Amino acid sequence: MDGVHDLGGKQGFGPVRYTHDASPFHERWEVRVNSLYANAVRRGVFNMDEYRHAIERMDPRHYLTASYYERSLTSLATLCVEKGIVTHEELERRAEGAFPLATASAPGRGNAAGRQRFAVGDAVRVRDDSVPGHMRMPGYVRGKRGVVVGISPAYPFPDAHAHGVKSADEPTYDVRFRSEDLWPGSCDAALVHVGLFESYLTPAGCSLP
Amino acid sequence: MPDDRVVKRTAPVEARVDAIQAALEERGLADPAAIGDLAHKAQEEWVPRNGARVVARAWTDPAFKARLLANGREAVAELGLAMPAHHRHLVVLENTPKVQNVICCTLCSCTAFTIIGLPPDWYKDLAYRSRVVRESRTVLREMGLDLAPGVEVRVWDTTADTRYMVLPEQPAHTIGWPEEKLAAIVTRDSLIGVARLQGT
Repeated sequence: MDGVHDLGGKQGFGPVRYTHDASPFHERWEVRVNSLYANAVRRGVFNMDEYRHAIERMDPRHYLTASYYERSLTSLATLCVEKGIVTHEELERRAEGAFPLATASAPGRGNAAGRQRFAVGDAVRVRDDSVPGHMRMPGYVRGKRGVVVGISPAYPFPDAHAHGVKSADEPTYDVRFRSEDLWPGSCDAALVHVGLFESYLTPAGCSLP
Repeated sequence: MPDDRVVKRTAPVEARVDAIQAALEERGLADPAAIGDLAHKAQEEWVPRNGARVVARAWTDPAFKARLLANGREAVAELGLAMPAHHRHLVVLENTPKVQNVICCTLCSCTAFTIIGLPPDWYKDLAYRSRVVRESRTVLREMGLDLAPGVEVRVWDTTADTRYMVLPEQPAHTIGWPEEKLAAIVTRDSLIGVARLQGT
């Protein structure tokens, strides 16, 4: 989905609030949330793709103002409600106030038809795909051309795995893009690498620039 | 502008954490010992000194470094370091005088957290996630890393389940130091690639 979580290349955010050796946690509850969601994944209550997608389904206004661990909490609670473990009403009664959850999920999809293997050095083009459900293709590479520089073992296909859709595992490819091809005339020169599932890619073809 | 859909005040975040934790505990889905164990791991075991040990070994053992660059996951296991089941691949990115690698996750905040530690606050911040892919050199300069014009910047966006770790360049004056002393100078931020090492 083209959600507000897909932040790569979005403009208007100010300087990074950087401090040397900053902490991962600032509050005790953040440690608890991290443990609670990790425990749920370990127990098979939900998988990492479902977890990530439930964060992406948060209302954009909530997403942008919530801290990282509040997003984590919202995903955990949303999935527990959706899976029938607890009701929203019980959570709000226990919390003594509103407990905002993510919005409902749209359908997922299976592997792309006609997907093919690539080798290091192959020129590829990212498919011009838009889907209503989960996807791990950042919008800034959609339709763009790059070169494969690395290949991973096969992983569950997120577009299916976040939705309980059956699919084959796929390798991911580290694809190298030139920043100038992604944001012509409006970026710093760099090579930008993105990990892309096989279903997101097609051969670039030799006729393309 | 008031939002007319809001019918009651949102509970404080800590009260919401208490609510879901209590509900899960009551159903036997959040054993306090298991939660405590994960909290301990997150704070005491999944820390940047793991990655620092890996770097120090790579600097002092060329055969290990070759194995690390070829298959990071297997190489770190030699040092007793584990990665979660869904991190099936660790790619180690070597910095040189002419190449600066930097890692990020624009879609969420993925990292090789058992090796380089859970991500710091700024890594998860909207500003870093949105800007580092597009304005890499500017962002690095703002963060205190002013790269010479000839240095190539390579950004790695952790969008799949492959994980990345930067192998920082060894400061020249530390060549010959013992491994333990070397590990002490490797910072978490150098493993992410937003800092270079000076040594002490």
